[in-house]
Amino acid sequence: MPLLDRHGWRDDPFERLENGLVAAAGSVLVPWAVVAEALASRRPGQALGVEVANDLDPAALRPQLAGLDLVSIVFPSYADGRGFSLARRLRRLGFERRLRARGPLIADQLADALACGFDEIELDEASAGRQPIEQWLRAAEAFTANYQRGYATTESILERRRARRNAPDRETAGAF
Amino acid sequence: MAKPNQPPLPSILIANDLLDGEVLFRTVSGWSPAVADALVAEDLATARQLEAEAAAATRRQEVVDAYLVEIARDAAGRPVPTHYRERIKTLGPSHRPDLGKQAAEAPAAGR
Amino acid sequence: MYRYDEFDERFVRERVAQFRDQVARRLDGSLTEEEFKPLRLRNGVYLQLHAYMLRIAVPYGTLSGRQLRQLALIAERYDRGYGHFTTRQNIQFNWPKLRDVPAILDLLADVEMHCIQTSGNCIRNVTADHFAGVAADEVEDPRPTAELIRQWSTNHPEFCYLPRKFKVAVTGAEEDRAAIGVHDVGLRLLRHPETGALGYRVLVGGGLGRTPIVGKVVREFLPKAELLAYLEAVMRVYNAEGRRDNKYKARVKILVHELGEEEFARRVEAEFAQLDGPSINADPEEVARIAAYFAPPAYESLPARSARLEAAKATNPALAGFVTTNVFPHRVPGYAAVTVSLKLIGGAPGDATAEQMRAVADLAERYSFDELRVSHHQNLVLPHVRQDDLPAVFAALAAAGLATANVGLVTDIIACPGLDYCALATARSIPIAQSVAERFRDPVRQQEIGPLNIKISGCINACGHHHVGHIGILGLEKNGIENYQITLGGDASEKTALGERLGPGIAAEEVPEAIERLVEVYLAARGAGESFIDTTRRIGLEPFKAAFQSFARKEVQDAAA
Repeated sequence: MPLLDRHGWRDDPFERLENGLVAAAGSVLVPWAVVAEALASRRPGQALGVEVANDLDPAALRPQLAGLDLVSIVFPSYADGRGFSLARRLRRLGFERRLRARGPLIADQLADALACGFDEIELDEASAGRQPIEQWLRAAEAFTANYQRGYATTESILERRRARRNAPDRETAGAF
Repeated sequence: MAKPNQPPLPSILIANDLLDGEVLFRTVSGWSPAVADALVAEDLATARQLEAEAAAATRRQEVVDAYLVEIARDAAGRPVPTHYRERIKTLGPSHRPDLGKQAAEAPAAGR
Repeated sequence: MYRYDEFDERFVRERVAQFRDQVARRLDGSLTEEEFKPLRLRNGVYLQLHAYMLRIAVPYGTLSGRQLRQLALIAERYDRGYGHFTTRQNIQFNWPKLRDVPAILDLLADVEMHCIQTSGNCIRNVTADHFAGVAADEVEDPRPTAELIRQWSTNHPEFCYLPRKFKVAVTGAEEDRAAIGVHDVGLRLLRHPETGALGYRVLVGGGLGRTPIVGKVVREFLPKAELLAYLEAVMRVYNAEGRRDNKYKARVKILVHELGEEEFARRVEAEFAQLDGPSINADPEEVARIAAYFAPPAYESLPARSARLEAAKATNPALAGFVTTNVFPHRVPGYAAVTVSLKLIGGAPGDATAEQMRAVADLAERYSFDELRVSHHQNLVLPHVRQDDLPAVFAALAAAGLATANVGLVTDIIACPGLDYCALATARSIPIAQSVAERFRDPVRQQEIGPLNIKISGCINACGHHHVGHIGILGLEKNGIENYQITLGGDASEKTALGERLGPGIAAEEVPEAIERLVEVYLAARGAGESFIDTTRRIGLEPFKAAFQSFARKEVQDAAA
């Protein structure tokens, strides 16, 4: 399925498997139900990803996180924002590898996804066919800055105000 | 009452213009802002055609919220929705006779 | 009032550009209607019966004269010459064209306004006490808090795809004029009983609609500086765990109810404990920066009583009556807050024409430090008027047809737009309000009846707050006809209570007479100086039920005969 990130379309190195028997040699993505089996049977150096529902308790994923190269969170519809909170919680648990949102998202959500800690979005063909990549990249840059602190994109407006306050004068602030 | 999945009869197809929001009625050949112009489906086959047209016009980005509305005929033979909600939709706000279709705004007065 | 800095200004301009782009993508087929609908809703664009509707945010109900003039201009240029002030302190226009919305947003941005999150499953426009900064019973002006929340909730990357809408109200006063008990989150500014530090009592899970519930206290005292981190915790618990299987059970009130308030509070506290407050909360300088915009205006030193006003009242009974009903005491001697009633007998509750908006803007600029409020009672407020100027303000209001002296009385009726405009409505509201107001139009009789809040909703979603009306009216459909249920005993104040149904639904034309019967019960039973709601609390529902049901039964028999 089409995969994109903040730079555009990209190839998906992960092969989607329906069970935990890791027959393939390359990177594989398996359902949550078989993650234990997959972790046990993976070959040395083989990248492993797991796909989870958006209502998974992050604590359940915690013991596996260190062994995973990708977590893909399913968005049943673009209006279901649970995946954003799950992504935040997984990042808080220290997961630093690839985080994917999978589902019928829309271009305007790329910025939200990145801010909540996702790296990439996997779309179905219909959504990707209607929304050219230029729309995603344009939408991701719609706002120079947001108001919320602690989200993983550009400096928030509150940080920018603080920088402005702490600068000796406006000229200096502009120069940095 | 129409049965489930059965269009109401007789009925007309009502929708809002996508860009303007104005209430429109499906005619033999297109859309009209006047309910008197509406094509009335008296039989199931015509109603099914109107339903198909509702889906097609929605896909063509012409209208939104297109659906069939059951009607009766007034003394002059013009279609009048049987439900008060749809009657208000074809007329305008009931407390403001100066607004909406009931005001019969002259075309020159419109924007 | 708050003024945009360069960051706010750029943000709002970028939001307009984003919406323009979203409309273009809808029109070129990139977005389906199903995809576009939540986007347009999040920018206040609804599809109503006759046309689109645009809901404009009036953050915590505060406006300047310039802003109100711009709304008048939009009403004339892009609408039908009027606007409707809502129970959430916003204004909505009923006839805009979708193609014109981006241009309207440009005009709004020119005066530091927007339509952001006035609808959709996100954190909505934050409301506050309309007498903020005026009332003597206030610990602190709630508007800096509301502005901080407005900014924090705007375009939140995590919380714009919630299970359902989310409404926040803030008050800093003892008397609750912001109805915080019926909001998803209600905040009450208070001082810690021991330390004297400022903080918030936090209520979660109030709401009206299909399942009316009064909010529960989940935090008795939250230090002021920790507000945003605590709200983030509340929102994350709700976003992750709120029900999405049934839209009628998706509000946070249902989650609080199903988990129980202790368990809900425990989950919020567990989340809150994991958050790094200093990296989330606004720093004290930012809080102070916002608060500075709400510093009191340059009041004059005046005597507490205005001799000029007293003299004018003595010769002008209409002025005296107006002062009794529409003027609220001000914390500063010699000043008063004036409520401009948008409940003209025969008008639509909350509607104002462009001319009326300009007339009020003039008065705000001339007499009220260029400041206005929109109340959730769908009226306007001139918050800081010198008592000496009240005769002149009254005369100007009278000339503009805006001197209706009925604030808080039986004809000051809250009503949603109902089926005359709204695609969700099941029955009309405005004609009901008009017929009840017509019945009680005599100003002497209104004074005699005293404070009585009637609130009308045209469907179960309860935009007209009927559950918390002293008398509530809910319009439904029954056998293809409009039918109205009457409730009694609701209260939106700090004594929050939900009204109870008196009996079977009645027809539209029977509503004024039914209200009349209830008023008769009250007048016969009341003690000296006892208000309608106090009497209902004292004598209970039964006498009202009996009178109502004997009336309703008779109507049914007459109809059958």
